Amino acid sequence: MTALAQWFHRRGWRDLIIGIPYAWLILFFLLPFLIVVAMSLATRTPTAPPFGYGGDNPLINPAGYARLFTDSLYLRAFLTSLINAGVATVLCLLLGYPMALALTRVSKSWRTILLMLVILPFWTSFLLRVYAWMGLMGRNSWFNGLLTDLWNLITPQAWALQSIPMMNTNFAVVLVMVYTYLPFMILPLYANLERLDPALDEAAMDLGSRPFQVFRDVTLPQSIPGIIAGGLLVFIPAAGELVIPSLVGDAAAPMIGRIISDEFAQARDWPMASTVAVALLVLMVGPTMIYSRFQARAEGAETDGAKP
Amino acid sequence: MTRRPVFLITVLCFGFAFFYIPILSMVVYSFNGSRLATVWGGFSTKWYVSLFSNRQVGAALLLSLQIALISATMATILGAMAGIALARFRRFRGRTLFSGLVTAPLIMPEVITGISSLMFFILMAQWVGWPGQRGFTTITLAHITFSMVFVTTVVHARMLQMDRAIEEAAMDLGARPWQVLRDVTLPVISPALLSGWLLAFTISLDDVVITSFTTGPGATTLPLLIWSKVKLGVTPDINALASLIVLTVGVCVALAGLVMNRAEKRRLAEERLAYRSNE
Repeated sequence: MTALAQWFHRRGWRDLIIGIPYAWLILFFLLPFLIVVAMSLATRTPTAPPFGYGGDNPLINPAGYARLFTDSLYLRAFLTSLINAGVATVLCLLLGYPMALALTRVSKSWRTILLMLVILPFWTSFLLRVYAWMGLMGRNSWFNGLLTDLWNLITPQAWALQSIPMMNTNFAVVLVMVYTYLPFMILPLYANLERLDPALDEAAMDLGSRPFQVFRDVTLPQSIPGIIAGGLLVFIPAAGELVIPSLVGDAAAPMIGRIISDEFAQARDWPMASTVAVALLVLMVGPTMIYSRFQARAEGAETDGAKP
Repeated sequence: MTRRPVFLITVLCFGFAFFYIPILSMVVYSFNGSRLATVWGGFSTKWYVSLFSNRQVGAALLLSLQIALISATMATILGAMAGIALARFRRFRGRTLFSGLVTAPLIMPEVITGISSLMFFILMAQWVGWPGQRGFTTITLAHITFSMVFVTTVVHARMLQMDRAIEEAAMDLGARPWQVLRDVTLPVISPALLSGWLLAFTISLDDVVITSFTTGPGATTLPLLIWSKVKLGVTPDINALASLIVLTVGVCVALAGLVMNRAEKRRLAEERLAYRSNE
């Protein structure tokens, strides 16, 4: 222990520095979370607040968890969420990977400006970025008109459309998710690709590889940690998304975030909302573990590299 | 490689078009004379006029800024403490739980954070009589909690990079612990504190989901106001509001870029000067 750390320890500052944020997170994060877990096992009652626990009701009521599997509403919502988030993640990767790679190839001064332009939409309101697409996808918008003209041009006359029905579909949800989450994919990929040694590319070229082979055999395998980090940074928030499906999504095929919110606020069924929430968290645990393991490995590699 | 990566540059251009066309379209249509938000009806600034005469918007903006200022400041203090604790105190009781608690809010879906906070506040009101009414206080508490962990991540990373030998050197040269903190540690982590604060500020200013769950009567933040309007469809005055926000953000980011650029140049010049005086 260094002299500074010893001094901290002696004066009791150490306990304060650990204790204050610790206590805060226990009170305002852990306790609410434990309430959700306990609530998922409570029974719904017509009281206010609308739940019973113990007393006349069973102490542990697993009915909610049983309903998850018997009521197809929940299974369908989970499936819709996983598919929408999965498709959005793949599209983000397909668009974000070449963009990140391109950013490593432009000159230093351009790179700063372009990176700024990737981050800039982040700083404008998330809600307004979703809203911008509501304007573009509406039936009378210039964008929809343009796409409709294109469609009518390339398809036989029998398929001609007045406008393309984009709003309130899963297509709209995926499109807007790709739009809002694309920077989450580009930035970690860029950070990963930027560190790669260009000498390896050149060596492969000198040995007769064609550009695509260099990409496939040299660049791509080295960028897998970036792909995983970016993919999970898109997938995890996308799967639990509430705002985007509420504004542009198909109300008949809700995503899981919508179900949680509706069970809670509209049906006033706190136990069921909590059950669905716990189920969503359980589904998230797998991807998160992968992410933190890769993160730890990347950090480990970095500190190893820093050692002389 | 001398070959120009034509494909990559094409995708990059397409990507930036994808990023900015919706925003540009929103700005253009904010000057639309027509009541129908998506049909062009001549140039007009009437939506800006109606926006500025709308008291609700001003009040909501003020409330959002107040909440963001308080919660970002508190989040920076608490988050920095947690970051320092994780980076400096390698072993303490409950460290595993602690590091779990500072990562979990990062990946928790916002809906779940929202309903858990709301249930917590309602049950607390029933059990201990606090908080009496939901609104400003409950929104701020929820914002502090979920934005402090972002500050922790930034500060923790910076502390791990820091060379601890310079602190020890300062101690050896006779600096007192508080002086070391003030003159050595704080300047090193201050960029992390600043970016953490900015991150917490924008997270708070932008949040819809958690705010909508923890709000109460009369506490309408700007995102909540926009949310309630946008749910009903596209309205022209939101276009005007969005354009103003984009303009503000753009100007701030450009200014920050200029300031950082100049500071970097000055630093390089000073370094060069220092080398020369050493020769």
